[in-house]
Amino acid sequence: MIKLQNISKNYRMGEVEICALCGVDLDVASGDLIAIMGPSGSGKSTLMNVLGCLDRPTSGRYLFEDREISAMSDDELAHVRNAKIGFVFQSFNLLPRFTALKNVEMPLVYSGVSSQARTERAVPVMEKVGLGDRMYHKPTELSGGQQQRVAIARALVNNPPLLLADEPTGNLDSRSGAEILNILVNLHQQGVTIIIVTHDPNIAARCKRIITLKDGGIISNETVP
Amino acid sequence: MNFLEIFKVSLEAILSNKVRSGLTMLGVIIGVMAVILLVSIGEGAKAYITQELTGLGTNLLIITPGKTTTKGGFHPPSAGTVRKLTYDDSLALKRRAWLLSDAVPIVIGTGSIKFQNKGRDTMIIGTSPEFERVRNLYVETGSFVTQGHVDSKEKVIVLGRKVKDELFGIENALGKVVTVSDARYRVVGVMHKKGMSLGWDVDDVVFLPVTSGQELFDTDSLFEILASTPRSEDTERAISQIKDILIRRHAHKEDFTIQTQGAMLETMNTILNVLTAVLGGIAGISLLVGGIGIMNIMLVSVRERIREIGIRKAIGARNRDIMAQFMIEAVTLSGVGGIIGILLGVGIAFLIPLFVTVLPTSVSLWSIVTAFSFSMAVGVFFGVYPARKAALQDPITALRYE
Ligand SMILES: Nc1ncnc2c1ncn2[C@@H]1O[C@H](COP(=O)(O)OP(=O)(O)OP(=O)(O)O)[C@@H](O)[C@H]1O
Ligand SMILES: [Mg+2]
Repeated sequence: MIKLQNISKNYRMGEVEICALCGVDLDVASGDLIAIMGPSGSGKSTLMNVLGCLDRPTSGRYLFEDREISAMSDDELAHVRNAKIGFVFQSFNLLPRFTALKNVEMPLVYSGVSSQARTERAVPVMEKVGLGDRMYHKPTELSGGQQQRVAIARALVNNPPLLLADEPTGNLDSRSGAEILNILVNLHQQGVTIIIVTHDPNIAARCKRIITLKDGGIISNETVP
Repeated sequence: MNFLEIFKVSLEAILSNKVRSGLTMLGVIIGVMAVILLVSIGEGAKAYITQELTGLGTNLLIITPGKTTTKGGFHPPSAGTVRKLTYDDSLALKRRAWLLSDAVPIVIGTGSIKFQNKGRDTMIIGTSPEFERVRNLYVETGSFVTQGHVDSKEKVIVLGRKVKDELFGIENALGKVVTVSDARYRVVGVMHKKGMSLGWDVDDVVFLPVTSGQELFDTDSLFEILASTPRSEDTERAISQIKDILIRRHAHKEDFTIQTQGAMLETMNTILNVLTAVLGGIAGISLLVGGIGIMNIMLVSVRERIREIGIRKAIGARNRDIMAQFMIEAVTLSGVGGIIGILLGVGIAFLIPLFVTVLPTSVSLWSIVTAFSFSMAVGVFFGVYPARKAALQDPITALRYE
């Protein structure tokens, strides 16, 4: 599904250039459930942003479903983000002015789905993450765990084949975190390819594969027995 | 993402900050209102003057002594160059200028009219019977000055409505004797009520036979001669006829000026057009300032919502979706401001004449259309920069923005 070849991401800090990613090679098969671990500053978020087409690598090739991402225009990248990839952030990133339901509908707005069809598609996804009774709440009226479930519903509403979650439980207590993890594992069983960045070995233990980063490079890539 | 969707998003953003949106719109509201109001005052003055000048009677020609538009450069004045216009000049025009329907002699002065213990300072016009027809001012009771009065230099007087009311109240004035500068005049008529016209009160005036007027003011000349042609196509030919006759009578010198009503109207209109343009332009500047206000707020709004922009981009918004969202927001602000400004401007323009009677207004469609398009254009022009700034945000930087 995904093929990264020699991907680097460099940041210029005054005179010196530091690489947040230094020549990463990675293959992700369809239906995989991957945990990415590693110390702070090792490049996990940078890798996720590149995978999520939010950031362009400085060099290297990125193939997504056999299409060359590095050669795409801004508009084409926007389309990939809209239709192919769901992104879940550590800090939820919901729009505070809108209700939970409207937040979940938002990606469909940019797919050109009509208002009525949007609601028809968003409501079942809300129910799937267990928020059928919180649809008209604003994000500020929801708990952290509920907000993260709204964010997951938003990531799923367009049925993307790939779900990226950058420390999705990092801001949550262990109980809410466990709920989120259950939802993700469930999704994986339904065939969605999932990549989770986490510091929590318990979460990693439930994944099929654990990739460890250090100083912008992959130091281990092992299948969980 | 279709237009209606983006419009809804923009509207929600505007409504989520009502006070700020209102204050931002205020600049445009005031600008549009000022444009419409000031232009309506200019246009109103124009309409008023046109109406009054054409109301003087059709195809009026005004002959005044002295040459005001000297062609052929400067020449030193020599004694006796300017001959006065006389009553005989007006008679000659009346007899010989067959293109004219009337040629009315006019002398004008001021004096105080007394009846018993009441008095009034007013304008005195000496003229001939045709004055009624030429100036469209008619007597109500009694008669106007007659040719018989003029020929025999009779001491009769016709009172304007206000003068009659001042001196006699509701009493009958006909046949009563009033004094004007110690001379006694018999009242033969009272004029219809007419009101203000071009800055003077038509009712605050009295009429004498032109010959008695000249005697009263101790002069043998005229202030002007009013002539009229029955058909406007004849105006040019009538002018040359007047010139022929008067030049022959004035020792072959053109020492008089003929003004046509059309030319007067044109001059007035030119002046008022310039005035309207200047006023409209000044108001336009305030509209421009309103536009800068919109840009300012849009820049603030973009900065405040950088995170929102990042989130929208992360879930699939294209640059042009973001651009459209902020453009529509700016144009909606200026457009709604424009509409409110139009409503206020038109409303006030209708109210002004009710309270300030000397200030006629006329709201023209073109000023509404121009002001509104200009306000929309201001929204587009000052919206582009902030909207582009929003659209070109890098998604990652925008998401990380605190
Ligand atoms: N915009 C930027 N400018 C300069 N350096 C950056 C920028 N973004 C990231 N970096 C650097 O790149 C490196 C990797 O950062 P990244 O955010 O990917 O780390 P991470 O593994 O996600 O860490 P954490 O676990 O704390 O989230 C860091 O050394 C960081 O300083
Ligand atoms: Mg990180």
